[in-house]
Amino acid sequence: MTEQSIIQLRDLKKAFGAIEVLKGINLDVPNNHCAVVMGGSGSGKSVLIKNIVGLLKPDSGSISVLGKRVDLIQGDELDQLRLSIGYLFQSGALFDSMTVSENLMFFLERHLNLSPKEANDKIMQTLEWVELPEKLNDYPADLSGGQKKRIALARAVIMEPKILLYDEPTTGLDPVSVRMVSDLIVRLQAERGITSVAITHDLLCAEIIADSVHFLQDGQFVASGSLEEISRFDHPAIATFFGNETSHAS
Amino acid sequence: MDEVGSKSFILTSITGLAIGVVLAMQSRGTLIRFGAEAVLPNMLALSVVKEIGPVFTSLVLAGRLGAGIGAEIGSMRVTEQIDALEVAALKPFHFLVITRVLACIIMFPILTLWTDTIALTGGYMESYLASGMDYRIFIATAFESLRFSDILVDTLKTGFFGFIVGIVSCYLGFTVRGGTREVGQAAMRAVVGSSLLILLSDVIIVRISMLLFGDAGS
Ligand SMILES: Nc1ncnc2c1ncn2[C@@H]1O[C@H](COP(=O)(O)OP(=O)(O)OP(=O)(O)O)[C@@H](O)[C@H]1O
Ligand SMILES: [Mg+2]
Repeated sequence: MTEQSIIQLRDLKKAFGAIEVLKGINLDVPNNHCAVVMGGSGSGKSVLIKNIVGLLKPDSGSISVLGKRVDLIQGDELDQLRLSIGYLFQSGALFDSMTVSENLMFFLERHLNLSPKEANDKIMQTLEWVELPEKLNDYPADLSGGQKKRIALARAVIMEPKILLYDEPTTGLDPVSVRMVSDLIVRLQAERGITSVAITHDLLCAEIIADSVHFLQDGQFVASGSLEEISRFDHPAIATFFGNETSHAS
Repeated sequence: MDEVGSKSFILTSITGLAIGVVLAMQSRGTLIRFGAEAVLPNMLALSVVKEIGPVFTSLVLAGRLGAGIGAEIGSMRVTEQIDALEVAALKPFHFLVITRVLACIIMFPILTLWTDTIALTGGYMESYLASGMDYRIFIATAFESLRFSDILVDTLKTGFFGFIVGIVSCYLGFTVRGGTREVGQAAMRAVVGSSLLILLSDVIIVRISMLLFGDAGS
């Protein structure tokens, strides 16, 4: 693999039964870079990043993350690698039987040897960072969509991962929240040197966070480049995508 | 554990009371016809401890816990909470499945003993009201025909039923794909599947225990 790639996918293929979802994906994400994946609903974007973290195993091809072959390792070795990866789920995936602080504590106390005071300080610090310290003792069911996303983001970063995978971090949010979450993502990259792959439909979000954009269609990247380049790319699916989406974003 | 235990406690109490009272009422008429009313306590004890108590308790618990566990784990699956555990290297299988299965294995026999006790108490109350039977006679006759191995085997087999309910419901919850509708279906299948497996494995266990310990009547 190339020295500088933190995440490297080679000819990644994944099918569910007869449905071939990914038909040969290649991707290189250098250090401190944010690669944005765009594409229509059901095109396999979530399947793609689930492969990166080993939630799904590819049928063929290779996946390297921080020099480790995710497609080959398992058990404790995979778990060890996962500690360096934060994952923001499309639905937030907060544990709904726990309060916000318990959600954050749950990860901390199982992996880091912190004193209760250190752990609490860290939780407060992370909640202040997403500007929701007052939600400490609320249950996820009592949060708005945007607040859930921000708490989920807090949970994804509390272990201080080197890599973050974002599955639609801003979908369903109002423009103010979109900007807020996108700004947090940019700050993570600038302040902590995080490398990330982000899935988004959202042009405003892509514009704020993307270092490169990759357009997924029929199981392959049909175009890669800057958002600017992609939007002018001559491909019917991309034209439809941008044609429909621009009016949403503005 | 608490979830498995405390609310199921009330449920099994009601089940036990109903079993005991109804069984005593139904059997009395028949036994009187054959002039064998005196063996009512034996009969009650045998049928409650050996079969009706364990199976009824397990089926009632399969309904309550099967649906509960199936729906809970199923909704954690569709809302990606299980993926979130896995990505955080928190071993969802250990965390969610083993604890629940263990709780079922431990709680089923305990609740079965409780149901048996309540059922026999119910049977005695019925006997007292119908014929003023003395409780010392009831207890002495009831335990006359019960062997310790019967109580042991037939109570402990519910641990296996608990295992079935735990494993089946966790498995069906874990493997849900889709949304709320599929979660509902998984809960329903957990109840139906574990109830059927309980009845089926009961036949097998009874057969095996007869081979090992002989028939209760002999
Ligand atoms: N575990 C699975 N088993 C079977 N099929 C699956 C599984 N996960 C995803 N799929 C299928 O793979 C395809 C791609 O799904 P995916 O969730 O990656 O889409 P997506 O691009 O993320 O869409 P959206 O924007 O709506 O989230 C879909 O047809 C989906 O039904
Ligand atoms: Mg998706």
